[in-house]
Amino acid sequence: MAPVVYVVGDDVSTDAIYPGKFMATVLPTETPQYCFYDDRPFNTALVKKDVPAGGIILGGQNFGCGSSREQAASTIKGHDLIVVARGFARIFLQNAINLGLKMVICPTIEATAGDELDITPTHVRNVTTGREFPIVPLPAARQAIIDAGGLIAYTRSRLMARG
Amino acid sequence: MGQTMSQKILARAAGLPSVNVGDVVEPTVDLAMSHENAALVINQFLEVYTGTGIEPRVWDPSRIAIIFDHRVPAESSKTATNHKKVREFAGTQGITKFHDIRGDEGGICHQVLPEHGYVRPGAVVVGTDSHTTSHGALGAFAFGIGATEMASVWTLGHALNVEVPGTIKVVTRGRFTDQVTPKDLILYLVGLLTAEGANYRVIEFHGDAIETMSISGRLTLANMSVEAGATAGLVPPDAETERYLREEAGVTDPLDLVRPDGDAVYDRVIDVDVAALAPQIACPHTVDNVKPVDAVRGTTVHQIVIGSCTNGRLDDLEIAANRLRGKRVAKGVRMLVFPASWRIYRQAMRAGYLADLMDAGAVIMNPGCGCCLGVHQGALGDGETSLSTTNRNFKGRMGNPTSDVYLCSPAVAAASAVTGVITDPRQEG
Repeated sequence: MAPVVYVVGDDVSTDAIYPGKFMATVLPTETPQYCFYDDRPFNTALVKKDVPAGGIILGGQNFGCGSSREQAASTIKGHDLIVVARGFARIFLQNAINLGLKMVICPTIEATAGDELDITPTHVRNVTTGREFPIVPLPAARQAIIDAGGLIAYTRSRLMARG
Repeated sequence: MGQTMSQKILARAAGLPSVNVGDVVEPTVDLAMSHENAALVINQFLEVYTGTGIEPRVWDPSRIAIIFDHRVPAESSKTATNHKKVREFAGTQGITKFHDIRGDEGGICHQVLPEHGYVRPGAVVVGTDSHTTSHGALGAFAFGIGATEMASVWTLGHALNVEVPGTIKVVTRGRFTDQVTPKDLILYLVGLLTAEGANYRVIEFHGDAIETMSISGRLTLANMSVEAGATAGLVPPDAETERYLREEAGVTDPLDLVRPDGDAVYDRVIDVDVAALAPQIACPHTVDNVKPVDAVRGTTVHQIVIGSCTNGRLDDLEIAANRLRGKRVAKGVRMLVFPASWRIYRQAMRAGYLADLMDAGAVIMNPGCGCCLGVHQGALGDGETSLSTTNRNFKGRMGNPTSDVYLCSPAVAAASAVTGVITDPRQEG
């Protein structure tokens, strides 16, 4: 069970998650400091570690639309947050899988900040309201990457298999 | 059953006789493009090889392109150090399609690739940039990927887990004018489809208005297809594609003009009469917040931008020069013009467009795309408004979260530069 720590609407862009002005910063150890930077109160709370690890960012439709910048996934992962959204943009979803950012596709999710959510393999249960919402499983073709622990490890295994 | 362009290209690249929508394939990659973010790709690529005892070598250095365009010349020592790292890697690995900060062959990646003949019809192109969709203008299946996925491509030579997408067919008719252009069509379509309306799908562009359109206009359409969420935006290759590749890109080898079957099956068909379109404006802060120019006419602007991978090509600069010749940019407005490549810069210089624009008060910038995303020149002050021919207007996109960005065609941008307010180019003389 984990609390909703941040609620955003539909079409949250990668510019909102990780502004372009910080794109010269690429190391996953350095990207977390700029997470949702233009939302000064939330970014400040993140940097001061006032947001609990394992907390949930609640997104609407098309979360992560826009640029292909992978920092948008690594910056959230760096704070150990989970993204539960009604839907994800294609490149962001793939980047999240590749980097091992935890996210859940839950098209009908309803929750507000502070609600406690319980994520099961098939549902998200809003413990605070007592309601349950079905999860759309990630594409089966992506499972091998998740099982390998991310795309780097998966590619390495393919490279080794090729010899 | 007939096949869409995506089905045909992905089947060929996956070595299969045919594929169905929803099939998962691993297509071989014909071209893998990165820009400054190659610095991150290099990190991930080296990480793949860590502990394997295998020397890190890219699968095919002739199929990798790296173009510096987001921060050129470097605005900080951090960027300069990233450039240096990528430059050294390109040298070590023997990457020949490397375009450094140079006035002879540099520019924005989505212009450099086509004009150097790197993109062919029927090819699979991946890029660590969401606007890689641009290259669908030449009939390539081109899509954006993340840096780690690119590291995988550099290692293995193919893309992983590509689901064959369904296709939205756009059928156009009618003629564009100097006042209503391909940019207005794609803005209209993004507004119609919404920012997620084409998610996990491809847009194919058909009809009279496409057949008579230059590659420049087609690049604008394919480029912004991603703003509706599309994986790719494809224009079936034709005589104009062949003309461009032969005459402008210097391609001499045989071309495979892969076109969709007449009886291909589409998820949806959208008919548009471009002659009935008004100039379109994407209003803050989403690209799908599109309105006819009338709805926002008179809005005060502080900065006009003509450029980017969407609209910095020769015909865009020609439209702007024709409109500004003998006129002046309004007081209090700064107009920045970024030719999309140095080749275009020279062409525009020889045609006199740059002088016309400078005489009117515009500032001619060096080719690059950093202004669009707020990373290199042309930042906005608090509460300021920019009217721009670029492709995104998300909050904070041009570097300042308190500013507004409106997106438009070069004709609207140039007309508005003269008046200082958003102006309908059909009315401004």
